[in-house]
Amino acid sequence: MDTTIKDMDLKSKLISTFHENRELFYKNTPAEISALKDIAIKDFERLGFPHTKLEDWRFTNLANALSHDYSLSIKPEYQEIDIESIFLCEVPDMDTYNVVLLNGWFASKNASLSILSNGTIIGSLAKAMQTYPHLVKEHYGKYANTSKYGLDALNTAFSQDGIFIYVPDNVKVNKPVQIINVTNSEEKLFVQPRNLFIVGKNSELTIVNCDHSLNHNVKFINSLTEVFIGENATLNHYKMQNIDNNSALINSIYFHQSANSNLTTNSITLNGGLMRNNLNIALAGEHSNADLFGIYLIDSNQLVDNCTFVDHIVPNCTSNELYKGIMDDKSRGVFNGGVLVRKDAQKTQAFQSNRNILLSDDATINSKPHLEIYADDVKCSHGATVGQLDPEAMFYMRSRGISEDSARMLLMYAFANEVINKINIEVLRERIDEMVSKRLRGELSICDQCVLQCKDKAPSVFNIDMTKI
Amino acid sequence: MLSIKDLKVSINGKKILNGFNLEVKAGEVHAIMGPNGTGKSTLASVIAGREIFEVTGGEIIYKNQNLLALAPEIRAREGIFLGFQYPVEIPGVSITNFMKTAVNEHRKYKGLAPLTATEFLALMDEKKKLVELQTKLANRSVNEGFSGGEKKKNEIFQMAMLNPDLSILDETDSGLDIDALRIVANGVNKLKTKDNASIIITHYQRLLDYIVPDFVHVMYEGRIVKSGGKELALELEEKGYDWIKKELEEKSNL
Ligand SMILES: Nc1ncnc2c1ncn2[C@@H]1O[C@H](COP(=O)(O)OP(=O)(O)OP(=O)(O)O)[C@@H](O)[C@H]1O
Ligand SMILES: [Mg+2]
Repeated sequence: MDTTIKDMDLKSKLISTFHENRELFYKNTPAEISALKDIAIKDFERLGFPHTKLEDWRFTNLANALSHDYSLSIKPEYQEIDIESIFLCEVPDMDTYNVVLLNGWFASKNASLSILSNGTIIGSLAKAMQTYPHLVKEHYGKYANTSKYGLDALNTAFSQDGIFIYVPDNVKVNKPVQIINVTNSEEKLFVQPRNLFIVGKNSELTIVNCDHSLNHNVKFINSLTEVFIGENATLNHYKMQNIDNNSALINSIYFHQSANSNLTTNSITLNGGLMRNNLNIALAGEHSNADLFGIYLIDSNQLVDNCTFVDHIVPNCTSNELYKGIMDDKSRGVFNGGVLVRKDAQKTQAFQSNRNILLSDDATINSKPHLEIYADDVKCSHGATVGQLDPEAMFYMRSRGISEDSARMLLMYAFANEVINKINIEVLRERIDEMVSKRLRGELSICDQCVLQCKDKAPSVFNIDMTKI
Repeated sequence: MLSIKDLKVSINGKKILNGFNLEVKAGEVHAIMGPNGTGKSTLASVIAGREIFEVTGGEIIYKNQNLLALAPEIRAREGIFLGFQYPVEIPGVSITNFMKTAVNEHRKYKGLAPLTATEFLALMDEKKKLVELQTKLANRSVNEGFSGGEKKKNEIFQMAMLNPDLSILDETDSGLDIDALRIVANGVNKLKTKDNASIIITHYQRLLDYIVPDFVHVMYEGRIVKSGGKELALELEEKGYDWIKKELEEKSNL
């Protein structure tokens, strides 16, 4: 098949690029990490890209996204860019530490690593490998799985930079760290950022991660993030995705949770050509808790695939998962919700729910909860629903004088709101709330927060055809 | 104000209303009573514009317009209000947001500017007092988790907010405790003027002690079979519906 040959092309092109530029990929990496790269490139040679014969990828076909002639951004760029001059991603009244990745490279006019007075380190992972190799080595590559996942292997081999955050023990970081991930290129670009976040014992951190594209050129982003959450630590992780229709974004995150730790993650997908969120959570310490929330609002030919895996390794942990989606046109949603309760993980509580509204006959959702339970004293539940807007509620509202359009909007908004309400930073909640309302009204495009004047300013809007509901 | 003539309604081919007639003038209170399943709620739904029911004959004229041609939201803005027998729960939509949208769409229809946030809250406060609705309910989702009585109070609160010309209260009294019944009835009485009218659907004459009707109608098998003054309700309370059914049978045997 033609597309397969093209995938093969990209695969072999990547592998030969790797070998031809070895010195670039190994530059400044500690020996342990170089060793991981040696293994990773072999893993990638063996595994290649995921394909639809793999159970987890049955409904998400990368073939088309992989068929382009990509260029790789393998040399450091944009070190001194003033990102605010081209891009605004502001949450009014929210004071944040801002860091930017442009085409996968740390971009800042200031130092590439900053140390706050409380000892927190925020900045470039490439730089951190040189300055704090011991911190990086302790966690880097420990949670991702290159021997099993081709994309993890590819990222590990190729990645050169990304965001590094280290919070020492007993520190509550007073402001959220906002990571702005932007891509901008005249060429078709393949980027592979790598992030590492470490939250020390008894510490607290909030991360707001925004994925944006600055133009409508084809991009493939294979991002990998490893997160270690220490004992009794808390991490709030918000992910906003507003990417153009021509881009493919793979977002793999591994959270490793120690005893009594607390994780909340919230994925808000407003636009995106092909979006795959791999969320892996290892509950490795007793009495840890993970809350996974997500909302996806998609239309046209967009595809959003949330693949979550919660691994209950030890007893007395809880996980709670709620993903909701509204799909219009020919958009496709995929939800793969894996929960593994291991033999020792008694007193586990794991709840999962995926609810969807389809606004058109052509929109689809493939929802597959997957629970594997080997312990006997557990409380687990899962459920998936697909529906339309409630006609009884529609009539009730209209009988009060509310127009059909407004009634639909109120109901869709209410549906999304259950997830948005979980955001516990008020100003951020308000901002996201506003973006979701705009999205539902068809007024949000990827160009919204961008001050670049691109010539191909094609708005990508969620224009709900009201007659179809 | 409202004139229903020979109305025939069915759902899924099943006939429910069967030659229903009713005239309501401004300033009047009509009570409709009748056994379970005779079509009282169906009538109310059809007046409000529920599309699942099929009107197979007859007409409804409201303020000199063909009511059946209007969308439910237009009927509401023209002054029709239905107090639901079973108010619908709408998770995620706060009463405040719901009412603000409704009030402002009514105002827009009348060519008025939307209320400011302050004006709106003042209006809410005033109307909440009327039905002694607890403030904390107003911040909750519409009817979600409300007790039966709270739902009914919320219906009257909405009625007060929208100030309708014709209100149809479908068993607003059922599920209310004695105090709540008095509060709701007082609310309805306070909203009564010589220019508006109401149709009260009830099973109990008790409510009619508080809201005194000008007419009482007995509905049976999809139409009104007997009408009278408020003393008819007392008679029904005493004798049940059997004597009416017998009367009907005797008539049809003639
Ligand atoms: N959606 C529906 N589908 C099928 N049948 C219906 C529907 N709604 C009402 N009916 C039927 O129509 C008839 C009249 O119902 P309606 O609710 O109007 O009665 P009612 O007089 O209000 O009764 P009650 O006093 O119990 O409230 C009943 O037989 C009922 O089962
Ligand atoms: Mg009824």
